[in-house]
Amino acid sequence: MAKIFVLAEHRQGQIRDITFELLTKARELAEKTNAELCAVILGKNVQEHAKALAEYAKIVMAVEDPKLENFNSEAYKRILSKLIAENKPSLVILGHTSYGVELAPRLAAALNTPLATDCIDLTFEGDTLAVTRQMYGGKVNAKAVLRKADTYMVTVRQATFTPKKPEPPANGQITTIPSPLTEEIVEKRFLQYVLPPPGGVDITTAEKLVGIGRGIKDQANMPLMEDLAKTLGAVLACSRPIVDKGWLPNDRQVGSSGKTVKPKLYLALGISGAFQHVLGMKSSDLIIAVNKDPKAPIFSFADYGVVEDLFKIVPSLKNKINETKAQKT
Amino acid sequence: MDIIVCVKHVPETAEAELKIDISGKTIDKAGLVFDINEWDDYALEEAVRIKEKLGGTVTAITIGPQESESTLRKCLARGADKAIRLTDPKFEGSDAYATAKILYSVIKTLHYDLILLGAQAGDTGNAATGPILAEMLNIPHAAMVKKIELGSGTAKVNRELEGGFEEQLEIRLPALFAVSTGINEPRYVSIMGIRKAMQKEIKVLSLADTGLAETDVGIAGSWLNIERLYVPPVEKQAEFLKGTPDEIATKLVEIIKSKGLI
Repeated sequence: MAKIFVLAEHRQGQIRDITFELLTKARELAEKTNAELCAVILGKNVQEHAKALAEYAKIVMAVEDPKLENFNSEAYKRILSKLIAENKPSLVILGHTSYGVELAPRLAAALNTPLATDCIDLTFEGDTLAVTRQMYGGKVNAKAVLRKADTYMVTVRQATFTPKKPEPPANGQITTIPSPLTEEIVEKRFLQYVLPPPGGVDITTAEKLVGIGRGIKDQANMPLMEDLAKTLGAVLACSRPIVDKGWLPNDRQVGSSGKTVKPKLYLALGISGAFQHVLGMKSSDLIIAVNKDPKAPIFSFADYGVVEDLFKIVPSLKNKINETKAQKT
Repeated sequence: MDIIVCVKHVPETAEAELKIDISGKTIDKAGLVFDINEWDDYALEEAVRIKEKLGGTVTAITIGPQESESTLRKCLARGADKAIRLTDPKFEGSDAYATAKILYSVIKTLHYDLILLGAQAGDTGNAATGPILAEMLNIPHAAMVKKIELGSGTAKVNRELEGGFEEQLEIRLPALFAVSTGINEPRYVSIMGIRKAMQKEIKVLSLADTGLAETDVGIAGSWLNIERLYVPPVEKQAEFLKGTPDEIATKLVEIIKSKGLI
């Protein structure tokens, strides 16, 4: 029976959410194509993780090796190349995460396995794999097909599929596989995790956030944004370009490479809504977005939208907030 | 330190309204402004900074039509020493895999200690060309690189992980690094730099020069074939507030107030 492989991700002793998202989507594909769902985990002391995976997948392949304590794409490539060659799965699914992005293209090239990255949907059409992915920062969707092959590989965007444990649990069979790594990987070595320097503000606990993005244009406009946030009693947060430019420190960044926030109010100013940012703020209670571009993806996530130059809105907004506050006192 | 930087000439689409063209497989590029891919801009800056510190050369390579020379000129003006443009109508439709093959065909003939490129391109967003190219060249790589410290024969790099933290790796050179935005602050181009860059030669190579077959490149040589593009369906639409800025601000304050947040 054909197999579908899902690579489990874990870091510092924790399985990452993406793993269960992928397993949930993979189960649907496995049922449709009459394939066996197989979770693959590489690491040191991963038996507890293997048990968690067995609730989702019929087969769990666990490769145990002290050398696999931390992720190393070169080590993963060597082991997975062997497992894929031996098992010939019809599909290998990885997360489009910092790990998947590092590993999948290289592994696909090593095996000459057709790859599609950052997929938001995938389906077998006969024995051809069709995928949906986004282009141009989420403004356009593309339907694409992969070149016909016995094995396909995809990376899937995070938080695209909602994890759901099968009922009853899959009660999968755990197989521990001896590690084929005979020696240390010398060309690429993990040294350490680097934690961000402690910041003065914790945006994850703020009740109100003013999120700013590329649309604020110039550093000279920062005081205006600070002012609005202060008037509203909110904390200033931002999307990636603001941190890249050094206008706000790292700990203010909302998104996949920053913080996940869930404030009562998220006021997005000049933020287009790239999925990396949206991942970090879409669970906010009330989202208001101001952007000049009516097609900006942020408007698909906001409760209220304003299509206007933010510099026309911000001064008025500040005045009205002040007036309202004055009336109250 | 000889460094190769792979760059892509892409349309700026963050604030542009996009239309899908009549073929349904690509966007209508009329009226769009093209520039160096944002991520590659940081890769170029990093290459020039390393050269300024350690000496050596920077060679910029792109795949694209005549217009993409403006991106190579920008690289030259910012400090690259040489530029190569790979161009052929047969390259049209190349995915990350075919693109990596084209780059590989040339890079394998050059001397390099380091290859730098952006972690992804703003148009296709595959984030795959770099690691595929590294596999073809059989050199180690790192993706989403936020910091590079060069040592003797090795480099320490910080890779970006989710949730605001990073991992540090030690990687043997020669190596390929796909860099993230924010690794540095790209410099402005000086008028002098632009003048000098205009005089430098850009080497142009076609399919025949690469030694690749027609079937290696374009759609025929790709893993992925785009069947159609479409505007993403709207799952949830914001309620749009209309009026003068003052009227809109009043409505916003009412909404925020009604939730007890003012």
